[in-house]
Amino acid sequence: MKHVKVFGPGCARCQQTADMVKAEAAKIGVEVEVEKVTDYAEIAKAGVASTPGVMIDGKLVHAGGLPKPADIQSWLK
Amino acid sequence: MSEISSSPAPRPAFPWGLRTALGLAVWIGAYAALEPVSRWLVSFLPLAHDGALYAAAAFFIYEVPKVLLLLTIVVFGIGVIRTFFSVERTRAFLAGKNEFAGNVGAASLGIVTPFCSCSAVPMFLGFVSAGVPLGVTFSFLIASPMINEVALGLLFALVGWKVAATYLIFGLSVAIVAGWIIGRMHLESWLEPWVQTLRAAPVELPDRKITASERVDAGLEAVKDIVGKVWLWVVAGIAVGAFIHGYVPNGVLAAIMGREAWWSVPAAVVIGVPMYSNAAGIIPVVEALLEKGAALGTVLAFMMSVTALSLPEMIILRKVLSLRLIAVFAGTVAAGVLAVGYLFNVLFL
Repeated sequence: MKHVKVFGPGCARCQQTADMVKAEAAKIGVEVEVEKVTDYAEIAKAGVASTPGVMIDGKLVHAGGLPKPADIQSWLK
Repeated sequence: MSEISSSPAPRPAFPWGLRTALGLAVWIGAYAALEPVSRWLVSFLPLAHDGALYAAAAFFIYEVPKVLLLLTIVVFGIGVIRTFFSVERTRAFLAGKNEFAGNVGAASLGIVTPFCSCSAVPMFLGFVSAGVPLGVTFSFLIASPMINEVALGLLFALVGWKVAATYLIFGLSVAIVAGWIIGRMHLESWLEPWVQTLRAAPVELPDRKITASERVDAGLEAVKDIVGKVWLWVVAGIAVGAFIHGYVPNGVLAAIMGREAWWSVPAAVVIGVPMYSNAAGIIPVVEALLEKGAALGTVLAFMMSVTALSLPEMIILRKVLSLRLIAVFAGTVAAGVLAVGYLFNVLFL
């Protein structure tokens, strides 16, 4: 079970990123729990300056713009 | 929810070099065809050739495809250039810097580092919480909208390199000096209290190699995204430009927007601030105003106040800045724009 945090103040791209993570996880059969973090202070504390940001099991892997599906899979593996 | 492409992404049939060359060839062909095709279209207008409406319509028919073509190539170039920069890397670069060098670096990076208005707050917090000095952060914040890279590219193509270069240099100067002044004033205590204590965790993003093909794709995506969003602004801007071109007599603007009228610069700023237009939409208006004898400094001051000082952005920034700090921000930028206006009116006689 991987714990995924998606950082973003609630823009369309952040929602899309969360959906992509779920979809890619389902494809490769990895169980994930996706949490969306919208609080500005929490986003900054995680070190994210450009949203959406993606953190997997406590490690920041992406910041700024939509991630690529292939990249999401490699992070989840 | 749009369908998410299955991975791994299918490789394009052409290598990126070939795709780019083909795209450029098509673009050059279209640009070369502009003049004859628009001339041919205009010849069908049932209008007297010396009338104002004819002049306006001819201007519109020629300028719309021209500006859209130029916009496409400019945005594509910017999209590719932007893949070399990221907010996180910019921040890491700026965190160690102090005072003037930091202001210069921040202002320069503000031009190319991608950020949209919905990410202004996370970006601002990300900078301040990582120990980037407030003044340096402001240099970045001011440069980003002030020197609009799309406006810069279009100015270069439509009005000339001298104006474009001067716009760039003075825009940078305003961002650097304003940021430096704000830094000198030590206004950290004017940030919202929770912002002052915020500390970011140091992060190390995995370094990911971006291929040349992906950079070209990013350029194309930028074209789809930005041109798709602003084309209406551009058409509206050209319509205004066409009206000025056809109906405003030569020299009339010289009296109200000329160098002699000292009050025209502040008036241009006062009119420009509440207006919101995309930078790409304002350039055709700038082009037409200049042609009719308006002074360059006045026109640039108008353009910069339309694009750099926007109410929506200030409302977003209110979440992290006190009203006083926003007033300082807006005041410094406005003063800088005024200075640019007067300076250009003196410089370009």
